[in-house]
Amino acid sequence: MREITYLEAVKEAMIQEMKENDDVFIMGEDIGIYGGAFGVTNGMFEEFGPERVRNTPISESAISGCVIGAAVTGMRPILELQFSDFITIATDNIANQAAKLRYMFGGKGKVPIVVRTPGGSGAGFAAQHSQSLEAWMTHIPGLKVVQPSSPYDAKGLLKAAIDEDNPVMFYEHKLLYGTREGVPEESYTIPLGKAETKKEGKDLTIVATGIMVQRSLKAAELLSKEGVNIEVVDPRTLVPLDKDTILHSVKKTGRVLIVYEAVKRSGYGAEIASVIAESDVFDYLDAPIMRLGGEEVPIPYNPELERKAVPQVDTIMDAVKEMMI
Amino acid sequence: MARLSKAIKDPKKTLYQMILIRSFEEKVEQLFQQGKIHGTMHLCIGQEATAVGVCSLLDNQDKIISTHRGHGHCIAKGTKVDRMMAELLGKETGYCKGKGGSMHIADLDKGNLGANGIVAGGLPIAVGAALTSHMKNLGYVVCCFFGDGATNEGAFHEALNLASIWNLPVIFFCENNKYAMSGSTDDMINIQKIADRSKSYGIPGITIDGNNINEVADAIDTAIKHAKNNKGPTLIEAETYRWRGHSRSDARKYRDREEEKEWRDNRDPIALFIEQLKENNILTDGELEDIKKRVIEEIEEAVKFAEDSVEPSINSLKEDIYA
Repeated sequence: MREITYLEAVKEAMIQEMKENDDVFIMGEDIGIYGGAFGVTNGMFEEFGPERVRNTPISESAISGCVIGAAVTGMRPILELQFSDFITIATDNIANQAAKLRYMFGGKGKVPIVVRTPGGSGAGFAAQHSQSLEAWMTHIPGLKVVQPSSPYDAKGLLKAAIDEDNPVMFYEHKLLYGTREGVPEESYTIPLGKAETKKEGKDLTIVATGIMVQRSLKAAELLSKEGVNIEVVDPRTLVPLDKDTILHSVKKTGRVLIVYEAVKRSGYGAEIASVIAESDVFDYLDAPIMRLGGEEVPIPYNPELERKAVPQVDTIMDAVKEMMI
Repeated sequence: MARLSKAIKDPKKTLYQMILIRSFEEKVEQLFQQGKIHGTMHLCIGQEATAVGVCSLLDNQDKIISTHRGHGHCIAKGTKVDRMMAELLGKETGYCKGKGGSMHIADLDKGNLGANGIVAGGLPIAVGAALTSHMKNLGYVVCCFFGDGATNEGAFHEALNLASIWNLPVIFFCENNKYAMSGSTDDMINIQKIADRSKSYGIPGITIDGNNINEVADAIDTAIKHAKNNKGPTLIEAETYRWRGHSRSDARKYRDREEEKEWRDNRDPIALFIEQLKENNILTDGELEDIKKRVIEEIEEAVKFAEDSVEPSINSLKEDIYA
């Protein structure tokens, strides 16, 4: 199978959907001739033109509401928010409008929008361009929240998100854009709400999200040389959450470490921990449920400080070893 | 003789709608006082000419977006008062099955994209609805209602700019009722005419007497033609006045009773329109009485429908979140 990058997988999903359905279009800042801040839409403006690849002013409040109005009246817009931190400026539309319109209207109207946005640290962009705020969105009934960790998943999940009749927050990761793997050329769907066990193991389960899936897999590989057999589960979508796959794994291994990049306090890992604690799998635990998340600090600029602010392969390994004692 | 707008095709139906809105609001106020409606309410008594003047010129496929003070917009766009009343009483037969209440009544089939409880929240959505009209070549216009207070929100400015650069068929209709809750336009806006804000975005802006329905109809007629001829958005500022407070809890300490009296006694949009119709020999006393009688009947039937309707089932709590 040909290999493409995460970035190319995201783009390919959008192109295939736009070719298939005239109602699908994309808008965002600098997504036209510039190709997007990270280059995701590169070439799409030339292919589809300015009507369907709509370059917008820097007006997150207007564009995040505009996609809602377009969606309610029959379009299927994709909004590229240049950095996921800018959700702060779009939150009224996402939280007060998109998520609630259908419920407030008693089941009338649909809001099929996808908000694609890159999150995460590690690129040297400092405190206002590096956050992982996905837990905020998971708190709002009416939204679905997706966080793909690989090119294959990104393509299939984005197709599902675009086909979805509800608002979907689609969190990409800056550091994953360049990662490669085999991705089918044809269109395919990974249903929202289906976790995947990325690596089977028997000693301990790591539930990891976003880029932490890749780091956890690396940690698992290194730990296997030390005789520790880790299972890695990637929820892939935070809302809806595939609880069964997580609980099944924890029941099998008896130990669980939840790894996420966002600030540990009130991050989505706390929700996953609670789901496990509240289930009958609790009786199968051989160790307390542990979380490894970001430090409770804004993301700093200095590369070493930035590295220390979020879990890395070595800190994941340390956390596992501590639990295996 | 008072001039009547040629854009008003059916003056008696127009008058009927204005009186229907006022009676609806008075009934809502009464039911609230009787404890039959809970929560809050934002009455549009005194602002009937804007709602009816605008919506009577819109086609069925044209769309509106309304505000927290939106009962009048709904009625004028063809939303039925019985199901509206049922919604205010929280009943299953209400437009939102009792889940939205006063601030969120929507009737998508009639082109009513819903009232919005966030000040200026409707403007970007209206731009998006107009974008659909443009991209699918559907030919409809979107009229977005909002108040003077909304023009101090960032979303107002961003939405006007976006609609302007994309030349979209949207009408931004500002009901300047002089007060954003307690904040008067004199204190909160440092220009004389809100319509002047259109200049920043390169679109037409006009200030009209929002209590003279003929001025409203003429302005909206021009704006609709402008939009349907692919000339883009218009900002209309209609000067009006809400007779009641912002909501039920408002003691109106921020404005004096003389000012209220002036607007009630001399600038009542319904009294003005009746006077104009009579001057032009379009309306007789008998016809006016007949209109009032029919309005009362329609409101009484609406209340009966609402009171006789069942409460939503508890199971519905978790329904309608996702499509």
